[in-house]
Amino acid sequence: MIIHSLTFYMFAAVAVASGVMVISARNPVHSVLFLILAFFNSAALFVLMGAEFLAMVLVVVYVGAVAVLFLFVVMMLDINFREMRHGALQYLPIGGLVGIVLLAELVLVFGSWAVAPEAADVATIPTPDPTVVTNTHALGSVLYTRFVYLFQAAGMILLVAMVGAIVLTLRQRDGLRRQSIAEQNARRKSDTIEVVKVPSRGGV
Amino acid sequence: MVDFWASYAWPTAKIVLYIIAIVVPLLLAIAYLTYAERKVIAAMQMRKGPNVVGPFGLLQPIADGLKLLLKETIIPAGANRVVFVLAPMITFILALVAWAVIPFGPGVVLADINVGILYLFAISSLGVYGIIMAGWASNSRYAFLGALRSAAQMVSYEVSIGFVIITVLLCVGSLNLSDIVLAQQNIWFAIPLLPMFVVFFISGLAETNRAPFDLPEAEAELVSGYNVEYSSMAFALFFLGEYANMILMSAMTSILFLGGWLPPVDVAPLNWIPGPVWFALKIAACLFVFLWVRATFPRYRYDQLMRLGWKVFLPLSLAWVIITAGVLVAMDWLPDTIAG
Repeated sequence: MIIHSLTFYMFAAVAVASGVMVISARNPVHSVLFLILAFFNSAALFVLMGAEFLAMVLVVVYVGAVAVLFLFVVMMLDINFREMRHGALQYLPIGGLVGIVLLAELVLVFGSWAVAPEAADVATIPTPDPTVVTNTHALGSVLYTRFVYLFQAAGMILLVAMVGAIVLTLRQRDGLRRQSIAEQNARRKSDTIEVVKVPSRGGV
Repeated sequence: MVDFWASYAWPTAKIVLYIIAIVVPLLLAIAYLTYAERKVIAAMQMRKGPNVVGPFGLLQPIADGLKLLLKETIIPAGANRVVFVLAPMITFILALVAWAVIPFGPGVVLADINVGILYLFAISSLGVYGIIMAGWASNSRYAFLGALRSAAQMVSYEVSIGFVIITVLLCVGSLNLSDIVLAQQNIWFAIPLLPMFVVFFISGLAETNRAPFDLPEAEAELVSGYNVEYSSMAFALFFLGEYANMILMSAMTSILFLGGWLPPVDVAPLNWIPGPVWFALKIAACLFVFLWVRATFPRYRYDQLMRLGWKVFLPLSLAWVIITAGVLVAMDWLPDTIAG
């Protein structure tokens, strides 16, 4: 049990420390790298809680895809970071306010569990016993069976957002020469090459 | 004290022993994969290949390794030192940690976790960081262009790999790699899911940055891409990581589609051969195709690469997921774990 707590505190400490480094690192690329470290340690915390599926999905989605795009964009930015740092402190009140709101909400949630223990039971009723069902299976049955309509609705909203983004950025440009692979593959030798017997001094 | 020994120290020692038992043969396999690559391509191009160091040139990989080890490590003046040194380490470590969940035989696996295939998918999607960090930290145009190409390429092909994995999972009903292998006792998934097998293999080529998708290190345009600025062991780590990823991709192909450690047919002379040998043979066969492809096909142009990933493989694999799911439901072939 001691080892379990020690690993928990290790991952938690690294996650918090890298979270601090995300906002305090001078170089934005370093910030993104610390963000990845923070994701990783959160995934490790999920594993410690027995939520292995969530841990893997966190790594696949956030580290494997989202953070790559972040890094991609941040690396290509060509801005003077000193200048950007300048005046960053004036955002401190807003950032602090957001932090305090989040903290208050967390305190309310956990406080209500401490004050009224039956509140925690309400949240855990749909969760099957982890020793009977793997959490992949449990998540699947909650997401795709119990709440399938909400899941579909979320999917539709995302689809509409995606179509909207494509429509907004699509523009037809004239005078562009595009490669048509089907046309290329459909070309036969007889369409393009003509073998001609040229008589001497005759020309074609 | 006895309790501490029994519950912590002994399991840790055992795991370390298992890790050594996996990593040492893996490193040897990587070394001899480079040798096999040179020999196979030489044979295909009617050359001799390495034949000077040792009998049949068998000591060539050792000589190459020693040479790289003894060279000077150079860190460019404009480089971001920490990230520059970290990048090859990340590439190599990620190539090794994935092997923790690979089942070599019935029950012969270091960590038999429930979400094995997701773990593999997660680790292989992280491979891009080594390259992208190397490209950025080198502070060089060529390296940076290589890194950008690689990031876009690996993200694109991961999508179709994900759908292929979902197709296989629909037929298995479990994310555990041992279960995936055991589900293929009657028929290897390569036969009913042949198009997905092909898509997976080609995406694997793109994911490991191998020819004909080796644009991140296209030597004709980018000198050598993301690793131009690296020398000595740092370069060797990239090199070893790339080859370890090739072996890993072949291992994934054999587990998902070629029945892992299972013999082709469960009859007398074939099932006497132990499972790990079958597994190694299947990996070797996949690796041979990797090398064969490299000796055969010209490199793709960048827009063709993106077209193949997004406009051909993605719709194809998406359609196949739907077809597979439809057939499984219509025929009532869903595995028990899903239906129940």
